[in-house]
Amino acid sequence: MTDASASPVSPAAAPSAPSSLYEQSSRTKKRNASEKRFRAYGLTAIAVGLMSLVVLLISILGNGLPSFKQTYIVMDVELRADVLDKNGNRDPADIAKVMTFGYTPLIKQAAQAMVQEMGSDIEGLTDKMIGDMISKEAAGQLRNYVMKNPDMIGTTQQFKFLANGRIDGYFKGRVTMESAALDGNVTPEQLMAADEMAAAGYMTTAINPGFLTAPDASDQRPEAAGLGVAILGSVYMMLVVLVLALPIGVAASIYLEEFAPKNWVTDVIEVNISNLAAVPSIVFGILGLAIFINFAHLPQSAPVVGGLVLTLMTLPTIIISTRASLKSVPPSIKDAALGVGASKMQTVFHHVLPLAMPGILTGAIIGLAQALGETAPLLLIGMVAFVREYPGMPPEGLFDPSTALPVQVYNWTQRSDPAFFERASGAIIVLLVMLVLMNLVAIILRRRFERRW
Amino acid sequence: MKLIKLSASALAIAAISATAASARDQVQVAGSSTVLPYANIVAELFGENFDFPTPVVESGGSSAGLKKFCEGVGENTVDIANSSRSIREKEIKACAENGVTDIIEVRIGYDGIVFASDINGPAYTAFTEAQWYTALAQEIVVDGALVTNPNTTWADVDASLPAEEIQAFIPGTKHGTREVFEEKVLLAGCEATGALDAMMNELGMSEDDAETACMSVRTDGRSVDIDGDYTETLARIESNPTGVGVFGLSFYENNTSKLKVATMSGVSPSTETIATGEYPVSRPLFFYIKKAHFGVIPGLKEYASFFVNDAVAGPGGPLSEYGLTPDPELGATQSMIENEETMASGS
Repeated sequence: MTDASASPVSPAAAPSAPSSLYEQSSRTKKRNASEKRFRAYGLTAIAVGLMSLVVLLISILGNGLPSFKQTYIVMDVELRADVLDKNGNRDPADIAKVMTFGYTPLIKQAAQAMVQEMGSDIEGLTDKMIGDMISKEAAGQLRNYVMKNPDMIGTTQQFKFLANGRIDGYFKGRVTMESAALDGNVTPEQLMAADEMAAAGYMTTAINPGFLTAPDASDQRPEAAGLGVAILGSVYMMLVVLVLALPIGVAASIYLEEFAPKNWVTDVIEVNISNLAAVPSIVFGILGLAIFINFAHLPQSAPVVGGLVLTLMTLPTIIISTRASLKSVPPSIKDAALGVGASKMQTVFHHVLPLAMPGILTGAIIGLAQALGETAPLLLIGMVAFVREYPGMPPEGLFDPSTALPVQVYNWTQRSDPAFFERASGAIIVLLVMLVLMNLVAIILRRRFERRW
Repeated sequence: MKLIKLSASALAIAAISATAASARDQVQVAGSSTVLPYANIVAELFGENFDFPTPVVESGGSSAGLKKFCEGVGENTVDIANSSRSIREKEIKACAENGVTDIIEVRIGYDGIVFASDINGPAYTAFTEAQWYTALAQEIVVDGALVTNPNTTWADVDASLPAEEIQAFIPGTKHGTREVFEEKVLLAGCEATGALDAMMNELGMSEDDAETACMSVRTDGRSVDIDGDYTETLARIESNPTGVGVFGLSFYENNTSKLKVATMSGVSPSTETIATGEYPVSRPLFFYIKKAHFGVIPGLKEYASFFVNDAVAGPGGPLSEYGLTPDPELGATQSMIENEETMASGS
């Protein structure tokens, strides 16, 4: 009996670890604590990520949303025949000889007349200041109108012009009286006059469709700059990428996955494809310049060249995702098809490919989205440029010069006028919306066609 | 089946791209980012006023533009290179090797380089070339010997300057502006302080070596090369208000509410002082045309002569409004384009 407690294990274990469910042992406590800590780390990581996303979105939206609105001036302009058609014969060739420089004084006089009519008495407001409140784009707008309607010469017509970028900035809060006092391009008197015009209803701030449709404008006219050419260029490039990359990528991956023998050649190809997916995009730009422009003599700045370069860039992404989704089709389905006597090609096209389609499409769209946001390769093929002419309809239009959305962002951030900063943020918003839409399509396709086994 | 259709259309596109070396109908321009805004303004006006399409203007720097320009003659090469410096012998040779021989040089006007700092920052209001040289040179002459630049604050350089750490943002080497900065500021300052003489006479350096020493910029982080454009310089100044940046005059004039400009040797920069030559740091701006493209690319000659038209590049025109100092000899340039005088035949 005395040696009943002599067992070396039980007395040592029993008193120190009263394995109760209500009381945790120190080891359990430690384990639980470390789990809690890990969860906290994870939450912090997500919070940091979300915070930076929120900050990014707020700054972009804050800076960019104003570019979707614009300040306009409505005024009556007398189309003086003695200036616009000196010979009085309404001959289009004669009218065309009057350049925009001839139209500018008409607009300035009209603005001065308007201010006089308002009976404004702002001290120090000169005629030149009044004239400078209207965008330089107005002269071109007026000339176009007169060229189209030569009969209107001699009459007085009402026009809606853009306000100068600084005046526009005043209504958006970018320019203040204090900054205007220091600014060489706008004066507080002009801002006061703008206030009066707004009160009298001549100056209004409205939605700006031109931001999405108008072409780029020069450094003197930030108010007129738009994304029209860039959006068209991006769409054209995506078309080229879709038409080329999807069939080539899908065909390559089907062959590699289903038909190719497994030997060192296919291994080398496989390694190269994975490698290419990680190559910096500028490398593809250099390749594009050498092959498509210098060797194949395709035109510079053309969406077709951009599309070809981006095709090369997205191919690895598409091949990798396509192969992954082909692999995920259960072998039992393939075996069943082969078992009932289908040929290998029938098996692939009737069974494997349709089942892998959602994955392939998702991969393709994500590849496209990546290509949409790419600037670096376009730099070398001349698409980072000032382009004002819209490209024509495809397929000829694919060979006309154009820019792309990310290029427009890059271009605008380089301009000296601060108004372009707002435009650049606006362009980022458009780009983000397009990316969200594309990813949304990817998700919808996946949801619709996805099958579970 | 869809796949086959897609592949067929892909092939069709490829076939088109192989055959369609369609004639280019718009002027293509590449080159200097300093000339870019002026070229954009002219291109826009040109498109508005003529039946020709608006020219396409690329930027990327003077050297990159001239390199592209010299790639050869033909529709898929650029017609015009913008440059913020004159073309070098080396580049003319490279051009000639590729068949670009008849080049027309067009001087469009002058551009000033200004020294500006944050509007609420320290009082950098007056500089001289000598001060910039003493502040930024890699090595300076002290007591007859070449030593690593010991100056850490502007007050070390000159007691009249604020006692702030030296922090300068200067254009990177790929910019044409850098060349002007080195020659008109650093080298001029080197001469003004007598350092150039000292290096040549007392230290026995050759003239070339001495000039190179004058123009080498310190690399200890007090001088920062900006390879981007002036918006980057502005961003650096905004985050570092005690710094001083080098800008183009037109950029400064668009951002007078954020920057204050310093005088150089007592002259404040403006298109007037640059035109009279009083303001020392200015340089001519150029563009170069391939004569072989006249008559091949529609609108090329019209664009070139429109660019130097009195109404465009002259006093009071849109370019001078934006900050370009008009060239007093614009008339000669106009007739040069009219007669298609190339660099070899003209002057």
